[in-house]
Amino acid sequence: MASIWRYILAGLGLAALLVGIVAAVYLTLPQPAPGPDLSRSKKTANGLFVASFEPERGVVRQGELQSWLLTLKTAAGAPVEGAAITVSGGMPQHDHGLPTSPQATDYLGQGRYRIDGVKFTMSGWWQMRFAVSAAAGSDSVVFNIVL
Amino acid sequence: MRRLISVASLLALAALALLGGFGEPQFSDAEKKTIASLALNTLPSLKPDTTNQYADVPAAAALGSTLFFDGGMSRDGTVSCSTCHKIDRQFQDDLPQAVGVGHTNRRTMPLAGVARNPWFFWDGRRDSLWAQALTPLENPLEQAGNRAAFAHYIKKRFGERYERIFGPLPDLSSVPANASPLGSDAEKAAWNAMPTGQQDDVNRVFANIGKAIAAFERSIEPEQTRFDRFAIDLATGAKPEGNAAFSPEEILGLKLFIGKANCVTCHNGPRFTDNSFHNTGVPPFDGLPPDRGRVDAVTQVEADPFNCIGKFRDGDESACRELRFMVKDGPQIMRAYKTPSLRGAAYRPPYMHAGQFSTLDEVVAHYSKAPPSVEGVSEVHPLDLSERERAALVAFLKTLSD
Ligand code: HEC
Ligand code: HEC
Repeated sequence: MASIWRYILAGLGLAALLVGIVAAVYLTLPQPAPGPDLSRSKKTANGLFVASFEPERGVVRQGELQSWLLTLKTAAGAPVEGAAITVSGGMPQHDHGLPTSPQATDYLGQGRYRIDGVKFTMSGWWQMRFAVSAAAGSDSVVFNIVL
Repeated sequence: MRRLISVASLLALAALALLGGFGEPQFSDAEKKTIASLALNTLPSLKPDTTNQYADVPAAAALGSTLFFDGGMSRDGTVSCSTCHKIDRQFQDDLPQAVGVGHTNRRTMPLAGVARNPWFFWDGRRDSLWAQALTPLENPLEQAGNRAAFAHYIKKRFGERYERIFGPLPDLSSVPANASPLGSDAEKAAWNAMPTGQQDDVNRVFANIGKAIAAFERSIEPEQTRFDRFAIDLATGAKPEGNAAFSPEEILGLKLFIGKANCVTCHNGPRFTDNSFHNTGVPPFDGLPPDRGRVDAVTQVEADPFNCIGKFRDGDESACRELRFMVKDGPQIMRAYKTPSLRGAAYRPPYMHAGQFSTLDEVVAHYSKAPPSVEGVSEVHPLDLSERERAALVAFLKTLSD
């Protein structure tokens, strides 16, 4: 009876060897290229403002019209009031624009603007571009969103 | 010797299990997630339509159903919605272009799940199910009626049923027999001669006809298919049994659909549509007038007095965000058409907005070649599928119909 254990031990050894080989192959495989920058808060292109962009209800749902919040602060951290904002965007990998035309609809105070009419109709990499003009000047910012 | 046999049989069993494992459909976690998102069980329950306060009133749906099948709802008394939207044919008519009182320029659309659409028609020129229903009633090529005649007809044939749902009918005694802002010159003249209050009264009855028909159409929903049974089994880890099991060809087709062939970018969700508009380079149908799709629909839906921001809407304007935030211009809406659902498609050729393709093979060959659009820019790029891959895609599409 003792020898069956030897077979099992040998089997286990073989299995361990296999796992080792698979792991080695896996580790040496080329790593996927790093995706786009997904940060929800960043400096605008020329550093005039700090912008953050978040779904108003916290979650992104594919295929639903949603409202998002764009919060604008000066580099010094003061809320940006009275900004004129235009929205554009699309899917860089499919060369098409947004399926809706989102707009800045309300100013909610503390530099927060409601961007309503945002809809992502497919999964993949989307970009939202904001051109912002305020007392401090004009600047723009792009957010990447991956669904 | 015994031991050797028992070890050998253990090994053999393990090998069999391994082989068996490879014989099973192999999907990555990402693929499994996508497949699950297409299954009918992820379809949310139908949302209320706040723009139509009668949308879920059973008596309204019952009247709507009567009107849907009533040939009396047309100029010559022979054409109803069901002439083109045939109940035993997925509510479509198998023709490349629909034929009513005249020959139209577009393919009849099936109606399963239609109440879930944000936009109606191939080009989305209407923004609610009830506003849509008013269009064929007055289209000279479809039912060719006029709203004054419809109001009189409702009063005469269905007055009591109407009033039980919508309240008292207006006084129609001085309303001309035929009048409409969209009709013949005589009908337009008669309409323009009516006092505004009377026009409003007739429009109100007309809108209510649409609301009753829409209430009926809300009950038309997609049915479970072989694909859905397969997808549910895949999600729960059960082994698909009977016709829920997919052949290797169908599995290849599914993998292409959600992978290399990119179909799922537009045909997504449990209805296989993103409810949006795309130019896919489908050629025009020979002999029909120019058709630019979505780009021309934008002004039409904005001008429609029965649209969401118009005065015939019930509820408040918060229901009108699709209209408010629609894309109004730009190259992407030239010759863009609504992504149709693919459920049941295998049983309803011909395909596309004017019935351009007569088989699914032709459809898939089109996507494989992806010719440039005659106007605007096609969003689809050549896939160069092999014959085997094209056949596999067609085999998969058929699983959405059985
Ligand atoms: C002469 C045939 C014909 C008649 C009659 C007809 N339809 Fe249609 N229907 C069509 C065609 C063709 C289209 C697509 C037209 C277009 O895109 O311009 C369509 C589109 C629709 C749509 C849009 C579906 C979608 O997914 O966008 C609905 C809903 C609809 N019809 C309901 C009705 C109702 C309700 C009636 C009766 C009041 C009716 N139809 C009468 C042929 C007809
Ligand atoms: C860019 C978006 C997009 C992609 C990608 C796409 N489709 Fe489509 N599909 C559409 C649109 C839009 C139509 C209607 C076009 C028209 O009528 O001109 C359509 C129509 C169809 C139809 C006809 C349905 C009917 O009822 O007439 C079939 C079948 C179909 N597509 C299958 C596929 C398959 C298979 C793939 C992948 C090879 C695919 N589609 C990729 C958008 C897309």
